Amino acid sequence: MTMTGILLQACPTLPGGVGVAGTNVCSETNGLHIAVAYRTIIPIIVFIVGALILLAVAAVLPKRSRPGLYPSLTALIGSIGLAGSVWEWYDLGTRSGTAVIGGQILYDRFTILFYILVTVATILASATSDSYLRREGLDGVESYVLMLMSATGAMLMAASGSLIMLFLGLEIMSIALYVMAAYHRRRRQSGEAGLKYFILGSFSSALFLYGVALVYGATGSVYIVLIANYFTQSVPANSGVLLAGMALLIVGLGFKVAAVPFHFWTPDVYEGSPTPFTGYMAAVAKAGGFAGLLRVLTEALKSQQTDWRPAIWLIAVLTLVVGSLMAIAQKDLKRMMAYSSISQAGYVLVGVQAGTAAGTAGALFYLFTYLFVIIGTFAVIEVVQGAGERRNDLGAIRGLARRRPVLAALMLVFLLAQAGVPFTSGFLAKFYVIEASVQQGQYWLAVIAMLAAAVAAFFYLRVALLMYSSPDEEAPTPAFALAPAAASSAAPASFAAPVSSASASAAPASAPAPVSGGSPYTPTTLAALPQDALPEGDVFGAGLQPVPSLDGDLPAFELASPPASPLRITPAMNMALVVCAAFTIAAGVSPFAIDFAKAATALF
Amino acid sequence: MTSPIPILDIIVFLPAGGAVACLLLPRLARYLALVASVAELGFAFYMMVAFEPGQAGFQFVTRQSWIGNFGISWNLGVDGISLFLVAMTALLFPIAMFGPPIRGDQRSFMAWMLLLEAACMGTFLALDLFVFFVMFEITLVPGYFIIVGWGGARRSYAAMKFFIYTFAGSAFFFVAMLALVLLAAPFNGGHVTFDLITLARDAGHLSHTAQVLVFAGFAVAFAVKTPLVPFHSWLPDTYTEAPTSGSMVLAGILFKLGAYGFVRLCIFLLPRGAADLGPLLLTLAAVGIAYGALVTIMQKDLKRLVAYASIVDVAFIVLGFFAFSSQGVTGGVMEMVNHGLITGALFFLVGMVWERRGTLRFSELGGIQKSAPVLAAVFLAVILAAVGLPGLNGFVGEFLVLVGTFSTHAHWWAVVGATAVVTGAIYLFWAYQRVFQGPVRIAANTVRDITWRELGLLAPLLAGIVFLGVYPAPFLDRVTPSVAYLLHHVEAQAPNADVPRGSLDVKYAIPASQNVDLRASATSALARPGGGDKPEAAAGGGR
Repeated sequence: MTMTGILLQACPTLPGGVGVAGTNVCSETNGLHIAVAYRTIIPIIVFIVGALILLAVAAVLPKRSRPGLYPSLTALIGSIGLAGSVWEWYDLGTRSGTAVIGGQILYDRFTILFYILVTVATILASATSDSYLRREGLDGVESYVLMLMSATGAMLMAASGSLIMLFLGLEIMSIALYVMAAYHRRRRQSGEAGLKYFILGSFSSALFLYGVALVYGATGSVYIVLIANYFTQSVPANSGVLLAGMALLIVGLGFKVAAVPFHFWTPDVYEGSPTPFTGYMAAVAKAGGFAGLLRVLTEALKSQQTDWRPAIWLIAVLTLVVGSLMAIAQKDLKRMMAYSSISQAGYVLVGVQAGTAAGTAGALFYLFTYLFVIIGTFAVIEVVQGAGERRNDLGAIRGLARRRPVLAALMLVFLLAQAGVPFTSGFLAKFYVIEASVQQGQYWLAVIAMLAAAVAAFFYLRVALLMYSSPDEEAPTPAFALAPAAASSAAPASFAAPVSSASASAAPASAPAPVSGGSPYTPTTLAALPQDALPEGDVFGAGLQPVPSLDGDLPAFELASPPASPLRITPAMNMALVVCAAFTIAAGVSPFAIDFAKAATALF
Repeated sequence: MTSPIPILDIIVFLPAGGAVACLLLPRLARYLALVASVAELGFAFYMMVAFEPGQAGFQFVTRQSWIGNFGISWNLGVDGISLFLVAMTALLFPIAMFGPPIRGDQRSFMAWMLLLEAACMGTFLALDLFVFFVMFEITLVPGYFIIVGWGGARRSYAAMKFFIYTFAGSAFFFVAMLALVLLAAPFNGGHVTFDLITLARDAGHLSHTAQVLVFAGFAVAFAVKTPLVPFHSWLPDTYTEAPTSGSMVLAGILFKLGAYGFVRLCIFLLPRGAADLGPLLLTLAAVGIAYGALVTIMQKDLKRLVAYASIVDVAFIVLGFFAFSSQGVTGGVMEMVNHGLITGALFFLVGMVWERRGTLRFSELGGIQKSAPVLAAVFLAVILAAVGLPGLNGFVGEFLVLVGTFSTHAHWWAVVGATAVVTGAIYLFWAYQRVFQGPVRIAANTVRDITWRELGLLAPLLAGIVFLGVYPAPFLDRVTPSVAYLLHHVEAQAPNADVPRGSLDVKYAIPASQNVDLRASATSALARPGGGDKPEAAAGGGR
């Protein structure tokens, strides 16, 4: 009963009658008996029990007996967890949060929002990873068990009422993620990623734990509410210890959310990890890290804002700038997305930095919508990269629109959302965090963040550009080479006919010459020349050589034509992708998601 | 004032719906796009007819709460300043979509064009700052894909430059917008709102510095979009690389979004900032006119020449706006419409030359007049309008701008601006000479003349050019009241703006609910207690 021991020690030092949102932490621990309010941790229980059931089922069934069984079960477990969380959301209603289970769990809507976030991420990730794992011959129960365990950890982090619990959640989540990063047995990079993540992650966990110890030393408690209360009643005697503890907590959590300068692991780990797990990691590990950061900074250390806000300001700026700039230089799709996710974390930090309920709401909205975007993005990447992750370079996505138009359209939605284009969730997410920041008078932070968005737009658009350029395009080519085949097959029927009927009189013969795509403007004087001699989109005429362009630095990507993907997109994955895109657009045009996020901060 | 149907909502959503329909029914894409864009034109025409002249306020206002928590509402309205821009947009789009030939994927092209039309309409009609911003930004996406998908050789470079430049400019706009909204909230009883009319009323309470800074933030975005001279380097690439249809709408309409932003947001919301930074913008405009003309003269390529000439034209628009005189602002609004018609027609004609000759370099052109006299004549007519021949629309706009500028404190800038009349003639006529006149040195320069179809599609633009030149009264009747109201607001908030007295004499009617002039609304409230929407609180008018 170590936990209780700490609690009992802590209690006498507390100023009399500390009411923690209606619950007295100490009174619950009388007689070493801790009442467990099971209904406050439904999804956590569901996930742990579910993971055990998965293991049991796998032990009974022969290996690889039923393809699709484990992901379906995982999705089912996730759905039960989600249903439980949603029930909790309505059950709690507008009542204020309480500290339960010996003060270790804070049961408020902030917690439940993260329950929902993590369960949704698990469902989507299980739907998108099945095809990949089967293609790579990695299918088995282990990955899903790990996924459920790391989800449990992330939920615990969000729910934690004490720094010890936060650390436990962090470790549960991280250890599972370390293994997931190294899950691709036959890929050297994957092992490297796992090892790197493990070593650096353990290091940061140690720093975090040291921070916990120092904060405990400074305030006499590890309980978030008690720490907060402590500051309302006394001035910390030894603020140096507190500051050091605070700094170490920020470092430890900053590592998990991949904030600069604690980001060095991110590109390698994102590149090496199996692609669907990368998406899951980007969604869940970030969510867990930010949940912890918000719990620590905006709840426990709320009154110490003057100390941590400048630090977060600096970290946010660095994260935004380094993330966006470094992403431009990347030639590897997954590495690029790693830097992109770093810069996205910067925006969440902008929300955290505001230190207000509005900022927290913005950060929560950001995390919640980013989950759909990033899981969708990595699902698309897993399709284009080909078996064995052969092609992760940017060139792999070239011409995707030709091969899989719907997939490309979905990817376009995700890219535009990350770039922050209106009518996607990404725009509103940026809007909310920056609004909160401006409200606090942080104009420069806001301007830097938006300029970083303009920089970031470059590399998102570059991917979009590649998707919509033709697969075998060597260099920038004349426009009409875009779709010679498509034009000659589709255009003649629909081209010119409606116009010639609408225009005043005799449009010239709309009988299309096969090459020019049925243009009524076929240059008569040049009819004798081969059509190729006249690049029609090139207004400089044939005399001018194509100038090296932004596209011109792409030769490195033009290795071979992209792999014909043997990936079978399962119906579940299809559905997950559509759900991601639909949510991204829905959250971008309607206010329901922000109302949801706002409700989760009303109790702060 | 009001209409039985939500006309403005239809104008915004119809093209967007058309775009979705095009994507869903690829075989019918062209027909659907035709139907959608022509129906859009019909609705715009209906709006023109139903618009009540002599009113300064916004008409056909629709309001629907959107993101209530943040005071954002879907709020549309049209006044004299935006009326003709909407009409021009509705007119130019079908011509751009069906005039020049389009290679490649018809379906996507039509869908992107319709989306672009919806976004432009939304920007012109927005009465909510957030809606304006969102629509202003979203134009980039279709614009980008039109250039990338159907553009010239360096299209990737051009499209990227276009997108990033504007996006970066918008960063300042975005932050300034939020700052304005949040700083103004205390004066609205603590309620955050993005409503333009409320903001225009409350923004005057902000500290002087805040007003100037917010204005500067807005101005950066619009200066990039317009573009004013130091921010213009994306423009020639973009317009040269865009396909003919793209250039027509990009130059004809997307340009105007920036200029419109200056008058609708910068001047209307922040008159004091406008008065303080007006000289700076006037200077940039004057520099743009002088420098732009020089650069234009040096161009060796017809399309690039037209693109650079646009820089001069938009500088003219800004010159008119920041003179703060009735003629100047009205002239600026007129120039916006003129430029849309003229540049739209010019890019269409340039596209025709390109189709026929496959080159636009002056050194390889010449003597086309011989074999294509009608094409040459139409080209000449449009050029004449552009250089401001009396009787064509360009003259009215330029004249109003120059008179309006010269009659105010800004007369020295007007002197610089007047040089455009000369330099414009130089580069346009010289271009005409080199393309159409002279001996036919290259055999390929004997080309097919303009077809009836092309002529038919150009006809509405030519008709507009002639009509506005010969009889601008219907135009002025609708624009002047809104401009007068705007100037009253400027005069009330920023006495140092030096609004000429003559500009304040114009009589107009404004619904009390839309009157942002604090003094006037106070007096009218005294005069007519309980004045609702109807009473025409004749603000201004004192002789």
